[in-house]
Amino acid sequence: MDKKTVLNETHRDMGARMVPFGGWDMPVNYGSQIEEHHAVRRDAGMFDICHMTVVDLRGARVRAFLQHLLANDVGKLKTPGKALYSCMLQADGGVIDDLIVYFLSEDWFRMVVNAATTEKDVAWIQAEAKAYDVAVEPRYDVGMIAVQGPNARARAEALLPADVRADAMALKPFSAAHAGDWFIGRTGYTGEDGFELMLPEADTPALWRALADAGVKPCGLGARDTLRLEAGMNLYGSDMDETLTPLESGLGWTVAWEPAERDFIGRSALEKQKSAGSLATFTGLVLEGKGVLRGHQKIFDGEREVGEITSGGFSPTLERSIAMARLAGDAGDTLTVDIRGKRLPVRRVKMPFARNGKACVEL
Amino acid sequence: MSNDVPSELKYTKSHEWVRVDDDGVVTVGITDHAQELLGDLVFVELPEVGVEFGAGSECAVVESVKAASDVYSPLTGEVIEANEDLADSPEIINQEAYEGGWIFRMRITDPAELAELMDADSYAEYAESEDH
Repeated sequence: MDKKTVLNETHRDMGARMVPFGGWDMPVNYGSQIEEHHAVRRDAGMFDICHMTVVDLRGARVRAFLQHLLANDVGKLKTPGKALYSCMLQADGGVIDDLIVYFLSEDWFRMVVNAATTEKDVAWIQAEAKAYDVAVEPRYDVGMIAVQGPNARARAEALLPADVRADAMALKPFSAAHAGDWFIGRTGYTGEDGFELMLPEADTPALWRALADAGVKPCGLGARDTLRLEAGMNLYGSDMDETLTPLESGLGWTVAWEPAERDFIGRSALEKQKSAGSLATFTGLVLEGKGVLRGHQKIFDGEREVGEITSGGFSPTLERSIAMARLAGDAGDTLTVDIRGKRLPVRRVKMPFARNGKACVEL
Repeated sequence: MSNDVPSELKYTKSHEWVRVDDDGVVTVGITDHAQELLGDLVFVELPEVGVEFGAGSECAVVESVKAASDVYSPLTGEVIEANEDLADSPEIINQEAYEGGWIFRMRITDPAELAELMDADSYAEYAESEDH
């Protein structure tokens, strides 16, 4: 039986269509995922992200621990509140999860990890933390709502507690503020501005309803997927997994090679992969005509199969189908995709496809 | 979840509806139940006008954010008109499955086939039994 977030009843009351997702019973839409997608790009929408997990890491050596644990370097985080997006790797370079980590104080960092990988992540982190004497505390008592869109922060402002409101509204992108039981990040998974709000689980339903009353549109997983796809943001489980490294998943930019002495888990495997050459490339694709690109469809350069789609879908902003794909390093630019037996031309593009309300690729 | 099932229409197990017009011509679309299962429709491949289809053969495709789904001809006949509005606005099917969302019209060759279609009550029961 699927797990339910504290917002489950509220979603059903609001007419959500529910589906199983990573062991959770979640809303896929409240009527139209396309309308919900447009609401986020043009105005404000919100997502139940209570199924994701907040993990607090505390100890005198937590910074050093994270510099060993993560492929990106928390050494970059100097201002309290600053956040970093990183992969967490196995020794062979395979991705265990992608996550966001916040620097709060020299003895306290906070991570947010994916729902489906939570158990695996927490076990791994706890095992690795022993050598550094870092306490690892998953915070299942924290609820989370993502409010996203050009008007999201303004709509949420009045609903933030007085003791954190000013700090939250003054946040720069990719930073957090916290006071009392609330923690607010100016972060998101949509390519729009907004907040990810963390608060006591018990208070989450009232906040959701208040945000809806303030004009923020409830959005489900359908819109969440099309928004992140347009924004060129990877989805763990589709675009990468434990058998793939960041370098072949479009996430080379999240690996901090400097300082050279920083020996993070997976470093030597990545170095070997880099120097071996013939690395797969990760690219965006646009289908010009009718049809929808979907995961696992094969990509061809002439008659040669050169790769496959890792995530695909319909882009409401571009009004055509888009996808992320992993291709052989020597795949050319004149590509076709096999959709139900027909070969259709696809165009390689640099991601993101859309952000901040607008298309980023030439149509 | 109860969907609209107009009583004057006939239905198939593959969730098409049929309206009998005059002179051996029928109008065909997909049901409200079907559009709800599919989610937002983004493309429709209309059947070609002038082409003949046998009852049960694939004659059109509706593609939603979730999946592509074949539309089967409920009856044997020749397509005489296809709803061009769906080319630009496939979402009409989501909004009005039985009115503006009609997909094609066909001149049927064997009226006896109509008796094999379900009536509204039977379809409503059938659709509900599919929902779990």
